[in-house]
Amino acid sequence: MKTLALPLGLSPRDGDRSRQGVLCLVVLLLLLTVACLISLGSGPTGADLSHLWLYITGRGDELSLQERVVLEAVRLPRTALGLLVGAGLAVSGAMMQGLFRNPLADPGVVGVTSGAALFAVAGIVLGSTSLLAPVSLLLGSHFLPLMAFLGGLLNTWLLYRIATRGGETHTTTLILSGIAVGALSLALMGLLIFMADDRQLRDITFWNLGSLGGATYARVISVLPFVLLVTAIIPFVARGLDALILGDAAAFHMGVPVQRLKRLVILAVAAACGATVAVAGSIGFVGIVVPHLLRLVIGPSHRFLLPASAIGGAALLLIADSVARTIVAPAELPIGIITALFGAPVFLMLLLGRHSAQRMGGA
Amino acid sequence: MIRAQSATVERSGRRLLDDVSLELQPGEMTVIIGPNGAGKSTLMKALSGELQLTQGCISYDGMDVALYNPRQLASRRAVLPQASELAFPFSALEIVRMGAVAQGAIDPVAEARLALARVGLAGFEGRPFPSLSGGEQQRVQFARALAQVPRAVDRGLPRALFLDEPTASLDLGHQISVLETARRFANEGGIVLAILHDLNLAAEFADRVIVLSRGQVVAEGPCCDTLSDEIVASVYGIAGAVGRMPAAHIPFVLPQSRHRAAV
Repeated sequence: MKTLALPLGLSPRDGDRSRQGVLCLVVLLLLLTVACLISLGSGPTGADLSHLWLYITGRGDELSLQERVVLEAVRLPRTALGLLVGAGLAVSGAMMQGLFRNPLADPGVVGVTSGAALFAVAGIVLGSTSLLAPVSLLLGSHFLPLMAFLGGLLNTWLLYRIATRGGETHTTTLILSGIAVGALSLALMGLLIFMADDRQLRDITFWNLGSLGGATYARVISVLPFVLLVTAIIPFVARGLDALILGDAAAFHMGVPVQRLKRLVILAVAAACGATVAVAGSIGFVGIVVPHLLRLVIGPSHRFLLPASAIGGAALLLIADSVARTIVAPAELPIGIITALFGAPVFLMLLLGRHSAQRMGGA
Repeated sequence: MIRAQSATVERSGRRLLDDVSLELQPGEMTVIIGPNGAGKSTLMKALSGELQLTQGCISYDGMDVALYNPRQLASRRAVLPQASELAFPFSALEIVRMGAVAQGAIDPVAEARLALARVGLAGFEGRPFPSLSGGEQQRVQFARALAQVPRAVDRGLPRALFLDEPTASLDLGHQISVLETARRFANEGGIVLAILHDLNLAAEFADRVIVLSRGQVVAEGPCCDTLSDEIVASVYGIAGAVGRMPAAHIPFVLPQSRHRAAV
């Protein structure tokens, strides 16, 4: 159990952190299981963990109708949604940080989420106009996720074009252009909100808060393909993203088709980010906190970082959501508040750590 | 064999490389020298397949470099870049492992350890790359390149090692040991191309020197032909410096002299 005794942040003497990576994945899977149980078994009303136990062990008919409805129609889709959204957010954060070679790149911070929200709002407000109505009808519940995906894609691509010069991304340019792109998206969204009617306004409010509250099976189904897609490409991009950290040229020298990899990652980030925004609104900082904490434990290699982020993000969001709906029960705190409460300090820590490292002449 | 035929590179109206033709032979160590901005790195980038030519052609064994995919190229040649910064704290071993993975090693970690030992960094495996000194970082990168082409000749094909200022931030001892490793790679049948600023090191290690100035090959051949007073004067603007002793009160250090002392 030598690996367990290692202090956080230090690699083992022999430099190979594969064992930590595997161990971490196992621990995270256990954590995710616990988080699922907590999420299914906690809430302001009805079923608790003992009821859940009965339900899981096949004695569901001993439960009252209300308890079963709560478990099946409310908790289960909500847990599934939280799992998918958490995984999608964390993986897209980790991939984006790899793409920009910058631990501060987070879809929420650099305005990709706002782009997705803008297009989702546009979908709500303009979805009934003659231009978009047929598309919206055709796609059904996939319409908003697709719109959000397009918005996320547009902003990721814009950001990449603006902040990356000659293969180098400068933190300041990245964050500042992210703010600009985000602000523009918000302004356009304000314009749309101004045009919206009362029913549309209610739908829109949902995006700004960020919540798993409206979870339905339809939403789970609509986000599922996007998150699956992003998780499925992990094995194909992990090596390339590792190599990319050494620079575009070095990655090419090591046999990575750099342009293709970047296009794929931009698509994946936009897909995961857009789809999660479409079903759960903007939930910030998950994409920055989870990969950052994991890097401290298993190092920056994407072989383990990406799958661990998926599992860790899912677990973190489920726990945050459980807190959100029990802490002020029967009311519910927007989950975005909770993730921001511990996410923003981590972001600041990262920024300050970078600053002092630069002053000391380090990287 | 790697060949450039009238390679020309133009970027935003400037000619960075002007009609350069040359051949890199297996078993040979070729050194590019020339003043700043002569196009040395551009030439190396063109030869490594990284840069698209405006005119001309680069070929590996008779096939145009553009027809190889990145993966195939990676198994043919490894490149040591100039110093680079790293935003994430990979360990030295993890960096070198990437090179081993690039050539499809079955046990990349073992190959990486071997490569680190070859550059004298055994015991540094677990050190985070950003915490290493500039010279140590350079040697880790060199180990990564070595791990990518661990054998000078593999499956009958010679492999190539491209080194862009491999001695830039190294002390004299390590400068020589890095170049000796490269020399051995060439002796075993590999292709070595290095950019060097130190003409003494170039004179000692190169089979062939290419003198580049303003994108053009000014001279090419064994160092006794190319490192002449006229060429050094015309390219660097330093006259009368080849093969002469300095004034009596200035000490001088020539790495080549160590062979004499040993005899």
